[in-house]
Amino acid sequence: MIAAQSVLPALWPALPELILAVGVLVLVLYGSFRGERSAEGVSVGALLLMILALFVVMSQSGAKVTTLNGSFIVDNFSKVMKALILLGSAASILLARDYFQRARIDRFEFPILIVLCTLGMMVMASANDLISLYLGLELQSLAAYVIAAFHRDNLKSTEAGLKYFVLGALSSGMLLYGSSLVYGFTGTVSFPGIVAALNDTTVGFGLVLGIVFVAAGVAFKLAAVPFHMWTPDVYEGSPTPVTAFFASAPKMAAMAMTIRIFIGAFPDVTAVWQQIIVFVAIASMALGSFAAIGQRSLKRLMAYSSIGNVGYALVGLAAGSQDGVRGVVIYMIIYLAMTLGAFAVILSLRRGGQMFETVDDLSGLSRTHPVLAFCLAAMMFSLAGIPPLAGFFAKYYVFAAAIQANLVTLAVIGVVTSVVGAFYYLRLVKVMYFDEPVAAYEPMAPGLRIVLGFTSVVVVLFWIVPAPLVGAAGAAAKSLFAGS
Amino acid sequence: MFGLGILSGLLIVPLCGAAFILTLGDETEAAKRNARWAALAATVATFLLSLVAWSRFDTSTASFQLVESHVWLSEATRFKLGVDGFSMPLILLTTFLMPFCIGASWLSVTKRVKEYYVAFLVLETTMIGVFQALDLVLFYLFFEAGLIPMFLIIGIWGGKRRIYASFKFFLYTLLGSVLMLLAIMAMYWHAGTTDIPTLLQTRFPVEMQTWLWLAFFASFAVKMPMWPVHTWLPDAHVEAPTAGSVILAGILLKMGGYGFIRISLPMFPDASQAFAPMVFALSVIAIIFTSLIAMVQSDIKKLIAYSSVAHMGFVTLGLFTLNEQGIQGALFLMISHGIVSGALFLCVGVVYDRMHTREIAAYGGLVKRMPLYAAAMMVFTMANVGLPGTSGFVGEFLAMMGAFKANPTVAFFSVFGIILSAGYALWLYARVIYGKLEKPSLQGILDLDLREKIIIAPLVALTIYYGVHPAPILDTFAPSTEALMQSMKTALSNTQTAAALPPAAR
Repeated sequence: MIAAQSVLPALWPALPELILAVGVLVLVLYGSFRGERSAEGVSVGALLLMILALFVVMSQSGAKVTTLNGSFIVDNFSKVMKALILLGSAASILLARDYFQRARIDRFEFPILIVLCTLGMMVMASANDLISLYLGLELQSLAAYVIAAFHRDNLKSTEAGLKYFVLGALSSGMLLYGSSLVYGFTGTVSFPGIVAALNDTTVGFGLVLGIVFVAAGVAFKLAAVPFHMWTPDVYEGSPTPVTAFFASAPKMAAMAMTIRIFIGAFPDVTAVWQQIIVFVAIASMALGSFAAIGQRSLKRLMAYSSIGNVGYALVGLAAGSQDGVRGVVIYMIIYLAMTLGAFAVILSLRRGGQMFETVDDLSGLSRTHPVLAFCLAAMMFSLAGIPPLAGFFAKYYVFAAAIQANLVTLAVIGVVTSVVGAFYYLRLVKVMYFDEPVAAYEPMAPGLRIVLGFTSVVVVLFWIVPAPLVGAAGAAAKSLFAGS
Repeated sequence: MFGLGILSGLLIVPLCGAAFILTLGDETEAAKRNARWAALAATVATFLLSLVAWSRFDTSTASFQLVESHVWLSEATRFKLGVDGFSMPLILLTTFLMPFCIGASWLSVTKRVKEYYVAFLVLETTMIGVFQALDLVLFYLFFEAGLIPMFLIIGIWGGKRRIYASFKFFLYTLLGSVLMLLAIMAMYWHAGTTDIPTLLQTRFPVEMQTWLWLAFFASFAVKMPMWPVHTWLPDAHVEAPTAGSVILAGILLKMGGYGFIRISLPMFPDASQAFAPMVFALSVIAIIFTSLIAMVQSDIKKLIAYSSVAHMGFVTLGLFTLNEQGIQGALFLMISHGIVSGALFLCVGVVYDRMHTREIAAYGGLVKRMPLYAAAMMVFTMANVGLPGTSGFVGEFLAMMGAFKANPTVAFFSVFGIILSAGYALWLYARVIYGKLEKPSLQGILDLDLREKIIIAPLVALTIYYGVHPAPILDTFAPSTEALMQSMKTALSNTQTAAALPPAAR
């Protein structure tokens, strides 16, 4: 019995991941037996899997548990991030149904790849050493490369997939190289081990180099400046539901990974990585704000918006404190709602079998589709950080943490770029509300309605009852700091 | 009810009105009519509710009243509302002006009526919220939230250059305000709370006060607006629909002044004293410079907009005299200007609805066809000039008296503002109302109809009433002003003693 226990580690904490892993295999079998007609059933199955996994994640106690020889950790932080990842992925499947049916590429592989990607992301959120982190990251990335090129007869989509793959592989390589340096100079890959090792030794040049490489790899996954170049092209080229997916769940996972690495493994050498994060944050906020001004394509606009938003979230991480991490988590929760809501609107701009994707296509939307316009306007004001919408609170918490950590310059630059950013968000509102209408669009698909409804409620009414989400984020941040 | 007090009610009633209007159907005539009546009902109900609040308000004390506090972001940042002598009159001003705005838009707004009234009702909630908030984050929330409906009001229902004006309005104010947000965070970091009554008791280190004061100043000065960051105002005023201008001039501009009296002066007394000369300089420049600019305007609304900037110069001047007369005068001027400038914009709206132009040159001799209008306009013009017997006089006189006490030179220069204001206001009146009725288009112009009479008459009455009997407003301000003076005096003398001691003894 004792021998059996030592062979089989406790799998209970990884139950959500196991559910997805087993479930996705069943779905693959089902899909390959039933063929092309199974897309509907596989989508529903994938959704149910995610709901089940979400339910299990939420029912976990939140107490810190490690398993698989300490490489896998479950705590309040992983709980919140996994919930966000699952919500983002589930919403992406909902958003995709109608689109793929009409585009006649309704294949069952799409939900399966999303589930695999989600599995990878959940492992990233729970990673407690560099190896499991890398495994999760690669599973996520490989699935993502394929779905970027999912519209395989479309030149832009295949280009996006290839671009994403080449650059993604490069960044994975950098991350791996950085990890090997960290391993070489600390003698361990486990995050608690690295913390302990750093207590004994001074931080040498090699380790700094390692951290820099890791940061570069992470910045690529986050789409933060200066490793953002792939973002606009991939966002524009991929099918729109895939873009919505890239902008939502993988961002959550990438941010979870970033926090796991910097707060989990290098909490005591803040001085080494803080300046990197500060630089990346400033550059991302500035580029996200200025470069978006000239964009006419909604998808490219959202790409630059996501770059900017990652910059704001990183402001909280730069603070390196518990309040900072709480700010990042709140930011990610709200960002998820805003970005999914915005993409739900973009996906409903359809008329006569054609999708419309430029800013001008929103002209007079408030006349033709008042509810749609109202929701998108709420998303835009929220992204601009105007109270009382949720986006204001997201910015409030990260900037408050930065002020507390005495990063006043960073905070000032941040708020000024947010005013610049407000300009292009307002431009969308202006186009929708001040300009003359073009012809009406077709009614929204039910999946889009569900996503838009939920996200709008979060964005518009967050200020009335902010306590639950703020409390959950606070617990998540606390679980990372309680031990140290 | 539900643990909510009367102040929450003031926030909820307009929102309920807005929600109701949203449920109305399409742009049919019946729906439009219902939207108008619903908006009017909601604003009147809010006004009556604010009167109930007023009846429960004790004017003899400086403490916060009708306080309610609900769980919000955290223990340190609560949803806390309350009123005192500074905020109560401004709330009454807001709720009082709103029905007039609804009435003024009755016929002139014909497209997207539903959205228009929704925007106005949401705006009302945010404005009342600013004056009620007893938490800095909540204050900021309402302060900024008002930008959204105002942006839409200017942008959708505005004039020709409405898009430029709406963007300028939004981005200007936002840029000023984000710095205030950072200052709020820094205060939270220092004091551990954003509760305004607690922060009023907190002493911030002098150097920190300087930065905090500047950050808040960036926001309030833009909102006020003070020279040289006033340029958004004329554009916004000219392009906004009549009711939008009334709200802008009547209430939104008062938020800056309210911010100074609620936050800058009591929380940063040392910095306020140190920066007072700068504020004086900016105020005097604003008074003289913008009055001169007002003289040469050819657009009626722009002229009144510039005159608003000049009057706000008197407000800042009075506030930073840091003596009782000055502050009382500034506060009174805020209320009086709210009524008078609002009324002036309503008057412009009356002729604009008939002629669809705001060019001064397009008018002349209106007195022949519109005697009632000419009489009403006369009262408001005189109040704008500051003629004794109108409400404009009391505020300006007290502010000048305070200024004279604080700094006679400043008072000397600011007197020119009064002369100049007589110049541009009377000249405007002469060009529009008097002269020969030569223009053929004006021959058939009609005098005030019943709706316009109902709108304008109460404003005329109030302008004169508060001119001869300012006591009700001044008495309301008095306890809070005295308390403010007292706390500032203690704070400043503490700093002086601390500075007088050698560093080792501190």
